[in-house]
Amino acid sequence: MPNKFISLSLNREIQWRCYGKPIPISTSNDIIDQHVLTGLRNIVLKALNRNQILLLSKINENSENTITSLLIKLSKELNIPLSTLKFNAKILKSLNLIEFKQNDKDRIVCLSKAGKLILNIISLQFNENSNYSSVIRNLSEAKPTLLPSISRSGTIIDKSLLDSVKAIASRIRENVVKMISEAGSGHLGASLSIIDILVVLYFLKIRHDPRNPLWSERDRVILSKGHAAPALYAVLAECGYFPVSLLSSLRRIDSFLQGHPEVYIPGVDMVSGSLGQGLSIANGMALSFRLNGKSCRVYVIMGDGELNEGQVWEAALTSSHLMLDNITVIVDRNGFQQEGSTENIKRLEPLAEKWRAFGWHAIEIDGHDLNQIVAALNEAELIRSYPTVIIAHTVKGFQPNY
Amino acid sequence: MKSIREEFGKVLTILGAKYSDLVVLDADCGSHTKSKNFSQKYPERFFNIGISEQDLIGIAAGLAACGKIPIVSCYSMFLMRAWEQVRNTIGRANLNVKIVATHAGASPHADGSSHQCFEDLSIMRVIPNMTVIAPADSKSMALLLEEAIDLNGPMYMRIGRDEVHDVYDGDIHLKIGKANTIIDGSDISIIASGVLVYEALTASQMLKKDGVSASVIDLHTIKPIDTNIIVNESRKTGALVTAEENSVIGGLGSSVAEIVVSEYPVPMEMVGVRNRFGESSLSYRELLLKLGLTASNIYHAAKRVLLRKR
Repeated sequence: MPNKFISLSLNREIQWRCYGKPIPISTSNDIIDQHVLTGLRNIVLKALNRNQILLLSKINENSENTITSLLIKLSKELNIPLSTLKFNAKILKSLNLIEFKQNDKDRIVCLSKAGKLILNIISLQFNENSNYSSVIRNLSEAKPTLLPSISRSGTIIDKSLLDSVKAIASRIRENVVKMISEAGSGHLGASLSIIDILVVLYFLKIRHDPRNPLWSERDRVILSKGHAAPALYAVLAECGYFPVSLLSSLRRIDSFLQGHPEVYIPGVDMVSGSLGQGLSIANGMALSFRLNGKSCRVYVIMGDGELNEGQVWEAALTSSHLMLDNITVIVDRNGFQQEGSTENIKRLEPLAEKWRAFGWHAIEIDGHDLNQIVAALNEAELIRSYPTVIIAHTVKGFQPNY
Repeated sequence: MKSIREEFGKVLTILGAKYSDLVVLDADCGSHTKSKNFSQKYPERFFNIGISEQDLIGIAAGLAACGKIPIVSCYSMFLMRAWEQVRNTIGRANLNVKIVATHAGASPHADGSSHQCFEDLSIMRVIPNMTVIAPADSKSMALLLEEAIDLNGPMYMRIGRDEVHDVYDGDIHLKIGKANTIIDGSDISIIASGVLVYEALTASQMLKKDGVSASVIDLHTIKPIDTNIIVNESRKTGALVTAEENSVIGGLGSSVAEIVVSEYPVPMEMVGVRNRFGESSLSYRELLLKLGLTASNIYHAAKRVLLRKR
């Protein structure tokens, strides 16, 4: 593989770049120039995620269906949560890839002209082996963002989409409160403050597949503040990694939902619980993606109290030294640690300046404003050569009035 | 006599050619641990993480979680500060990280107690999933390291800094988790690891002059421990001496005793570091003498245990 490595001792300004292996194109009839086709294909795969591609192909196969009945059917068939499918259908609609036409009495969903073209481009690539799993395998180069329209322009999320995300977030909040009260112990405040961040990550941002938790091309999320595990579990259940009904087994004997994250829980990418270790692990993962020429990203969610740990700063030096721009750290800046305010115990401010001094690109946002979270995550993805930290100002125990 | 860490550098390069997923990490001591040999041949697969052992272990964990085979090399003493990282990330997630700790035991003799590590075997073996190895010489180190690469899961191997006597030559076959009987005796069994294997062989010669036939067992794998061989030796000779370049608290001697007391109790003596720190000395040998880690200490321990033998 033509990976091009530059010695670390060279000038920092030289960007690290990894070139993925070009995927061979095999069309029976090479009318379109191969380069054009590759370019188009890359754009499509960058813009669409797996569920969206799945939806496009299923809508194409099943004419004469209403969108609702089709989504319910697919949800049952493929065990994907209905909410996930609805999201993706909305995005397809906003991209004008699907359209509705009036039948006798129903509104039938079908592909628009653009949608057909897009599906053709995708299927052209994979027509040798049309089964869906092989398509997925070949998506190694893709870096889809669920919301292409906002991810590149940074504009506001569509109102109806925002409402759906909020609905999911409030359902998760409810579950977290239930879980912790049923278990009788757990870190409620720290879990509630990161729910908006987790929901945006899992439902709008990262590339993952709840039906295949160990998919090698997935983005990785490390909950370095492992004590917020209930929030992570509730989000994973909502994504479909395991049934929501299992959430009530949190912290019980023989349950797989341990007090702090364990790798055997579907959807959990790394153990945590001991503070300060997530960023080092992210460094290793990011390094392996670079070595293998993969476009996967690593997200680390840290608490602000956790920044007391020296290892965080060892790791922060490493990420910036190695220019691991595929790492995004999100600091849950709720201002409190176990025994009181972070500023009274071990002063952190000026926090953004500290990270910048360590060679990071730092963004400060309101950690409960979904638009700001999305915009910051998108910005992080566009930054080259520098790892990004998002300092998300949150409220410990946040319960919004939606 | 061969320097075990020199050999380690060579073996890394050979393994690097064989396994394309193998990466080597160290904490700014590549020229001391000799992992630098690897970095010269495979610069893109070598990372000097700087003087930050905790970060080093985390990075290795991340690499292993994404399918790489990281070999971490560092001074054993300073890796111990990352024990919690080893336990909580590598151990708990059962990650395929191979730790090779150099400068173990008394081998950094001149540096003094800050650098001399007699605790690593004790605290590494308590971590679930962890394989703990202390090879006797360069040849067994190379064999066991290569075998460990194929073993999916965490491994801790400790090697010394200095030249060590060769215990093995010619064709040998060693297997992780399976102790190797070097001499099969009938009156007493000496179970040793690391550089003390050579000392045990010398002690067995001394005992032979007294008409005592001693078994010498190279227990290179402290964990998972070879229960069978320990029980068989206890039954056969009825007297044991353990020898290690580690604290007698929790190390190889303790591991053997744990088996012996529950399976087949026999009188036992432990040669090892007795609840103390090391100190500076101009030669390795001088320090081993002072700490009581030589053939003559094993010989006297054997004499003592023979008196208690039923």
